[in-house]
Amino acid sequence: MYSDEFKESLCAVEASREKNLAYEPPRMTAEEKEALLSEYHPDFKMNEFDTLKVGKNKGSRAPKELCRMLQAHSRVRDGADLSNIKYDVDVLVIGGGGAGAAAAIEANSAGASVMIVTKLRIGDANTMMAEGGIQAADKPGDSPCIHFLDAYGGGHFAAKRELLSKLVTEAPDALLWLSNLGVEFDKTPDGEMITTHGGGTSRKRMHAAKDYSGAEIMRTLRDEVFNREIPVVDFTSAVEIILDEKGRAAGAVLMNMETGEITAARAKTVIIATGGAGRVHYQGFPTSNHYGATADGLVLGYRAGAKLLYAETLQYHPTGAAYPQQIYGSLVTEKVRSLGAKLVNAAGEVFVHPLETRDVAAAAIIRECGARRLGVDAGNTKAVWLDTPMIEMLGGSGTIEKRIPAMMRMFANFGIDIRKEPILVYPTLHYQNGGLDISARCEVTGVENLFAAGEVVGGIHGKNRLMGNSLLDIIVFGRTAGACAAEAAKKTVSERLTLSHVEKFEKELAAAKIETDDVSPMLLPNYTGKKSMF
Amino acid sequence: MNSEKKVKIYLFGKEYSVPSELTIMCAMEYAGYQLVRGCGCRSGFCGACATIYRIKGQRELKTCLACQTRVEDGMYIATLPFFPLVKEVYDVEKIKPTEQIMMQLYPEIYACVGCGACTKSCTQSLDVMQYIAYAQRGDFKRCAEESFDCVMCGVCSSRCPAGISHPQVAMLARRLNGKYLAPRSAHLEDRVKEIKDGGFDSLMESLTSLSDGELRELYNKRDIEK
Repeated sequence: MYSDEFKESLCAVEASREKNLAYEPPRMTAEEKEALLSEYHPDFKMNEFDTLKVGKNKGSRAPKELCRMLQAHSRVRDGADLSNIKYDVDVLVIGGGGAGAAAAIEANSAGASVMIVTKLRIGDANTMMAEGGIQAADKPGDSPCIHFLDAYGGGHFAAKRELLSKLVTEAPDALLWLSNLGVEFDKTPDGEMITTHGGGTSRKRMHAAKDYSGAEIMRTLRDEVFNREIPVVDFTSAVEIILDEKGRAAGAVLMNMETGEITAARAKTVIIATGGAGRVHYQGFPTSNHYGATADGLVLGYRAGAKLLYAETLQYHPTGAAYPQQIYGSLVTEKVRSLGAKLVNAAGEVFVHPLETRDVAAAAIIRECGARRLGVDAGNTKAVWLDTPMIEMLGGSGTIEKRIPAMMRMFANFGIDIRKEPILVYPTLHYQNGGLDISARCEVTGVENLFAAGEVVGGIHGKNRLMGNSLLDIIVFGRTAGACAAEAAKKTVSERLTLSHVEKFEKELAAAKIETDDVSPMLLPNYTGKKSMF
Repeated sequence: MNSEKKVKIYLFGKEYSVPSELTIMCAMEYAGYQLVRGCGCRSGFCGACATIYRIKGQRELKTCLACQTRVEDGMYIATLPFFPLVKEVYDVEKIKPTEQIMMQLYPEIYACVGCGACTKSCTQSLDVMQYIAYAQRGDFKRCAEESFDCVMCGVCSSRCPAGISHPQVAMLARRLNGKYLAPRSAHLEDRVKEIKDGGFDSLMESLTSLSDGELRELYNKRDIEK
């Protein structure tokens, strides 16, 4: 139930519902999209970026908050005792999300001794919160080539082609692998996968497990990690990559998140699978991300000599919850629009095609709430309506409960029945498009024996990712990272460990005259004493 | 909205005054807690923030996820950031979807006394006792369906007199259902084979060797399935 202040606008939405349901808004032309993005998308607000002064990306642009973290001091700048080796394995996986778990499973299958270290629990990850689905071109009338074209265009023709073609070509196999592990996808009684559109897809290839798609994948991978008795060291964060005297990745300095104890893990190869950065709250945006999404892997990799690709591009999911305040920033899955709900402004008008790509839809909402002054005041922010009752009108009564039960539950917890009432949304910081530059074998460019997979990687999706390609990339590249890291471990003979690159980085900071008290990686945001998250 | 109204809550028995619109999780942070445990996705999916509370003056013990529940005046709050569930190890390739496997791995489910405490305490409002009943008779399909929205927070197990680890029982049932009982997707298996046989190799190669301009043209003119 909405309070009276929303009444006028809510009435306008209700009065226009029949008409809006029948109306098919036009798709924007390429020129219209470019103009909209350059004026309203946060990636184009140049005063929110700085130029990096040290490291492999010296001279290139990155968000101010990221520059600060990349150019902060090491948490072990005074050194760490590398003789205190607490763990000694072939493959060290940093991060316990979908990519890390998939990597660990494949490294284990390849016969390597593998360990996961994660700063929270295994499964405390953006994978767990991915709602809408996973893409794969597995139906007649679709092909990996069409999938490639959708993703390449949606990412503004910037993806590394060898990474993207690998993603789409291995997608059906990734789904089969998950099915064989016992992941339950939505199917018809005869076994056909139930698929829908996502923003920017030209074929219906979004596979889902209700709107718990990521949770279903994550809990199954976690269960498999436990079944294989792969060690999981939780509440322990990697704070520096350790190199060996040949400059190859050879372990990590670890910090116990509860006691602060510093130890070291030695490994023949290291996989960074630390995920995204929503909790950095770039440009003051709320986020749909989990508590630990603080760009740690970018910092770890950068100090060890890795290169970043497209660090200046972030994804703002068009539909973050704007009201009620208790769920401000939480994800409202794109599947809500896939199932037929349209975006409607304060005057009850549909102002954008619901399945434009995420960057375009987000920019259109920002324009509606800003320059066009057709937003609804939702308290923390202006917002637009997402007209969820349309889903039941299209799909019949019960569709919402069956297809998006998590959304129904989340709003019901705070007194809103999305079957009967529309919801208020505004863009929320959702995904790190950029990240560590890798090869198709997941090797991090510039650092031997260092691998990366998942959201920490840049270049797979270009400058904007399509819905359902992230759950896909954590599986495709997670598996590859695990297999390739295990293979490389077999060929590696351990050398003496060193943190000399950290000393060198500190010297570079001094030479660039960067004076700061900041230390990184950030590990967790600090919300203490605050009423809202930032 | 955003009224400055405050409520009194008791975190582990200690009184704090917090804005009334906050969730329990945000109220803890507002009070000064820097959370490490008991906080995960903050959106109701991960089960990290299982919480038990009782309203001052009332007898009923309530359970919830701290990130999905608004504070109320007089709440006595204790979090349950970890609960020792029993997770049995098995090889998913070797087990079979028969009643036998539950008896072997989780025999305690047959000691269920039917008290309903699990169902009453579920933070997702699932009928937990019912899905355990399905598991007991080897009906893994129904067990999987009934338990699907489980976030494995463990509150049910903390209330169970029979010591059942309900979320792990359900996890096993879902994997059995997903792997062995759900209908196979022939179109998926066919496509995997087509790809492995190189059916798309030449097309992909010619596509990825086009210029950005040519790809832009193809992209802008591609037909979109209705």
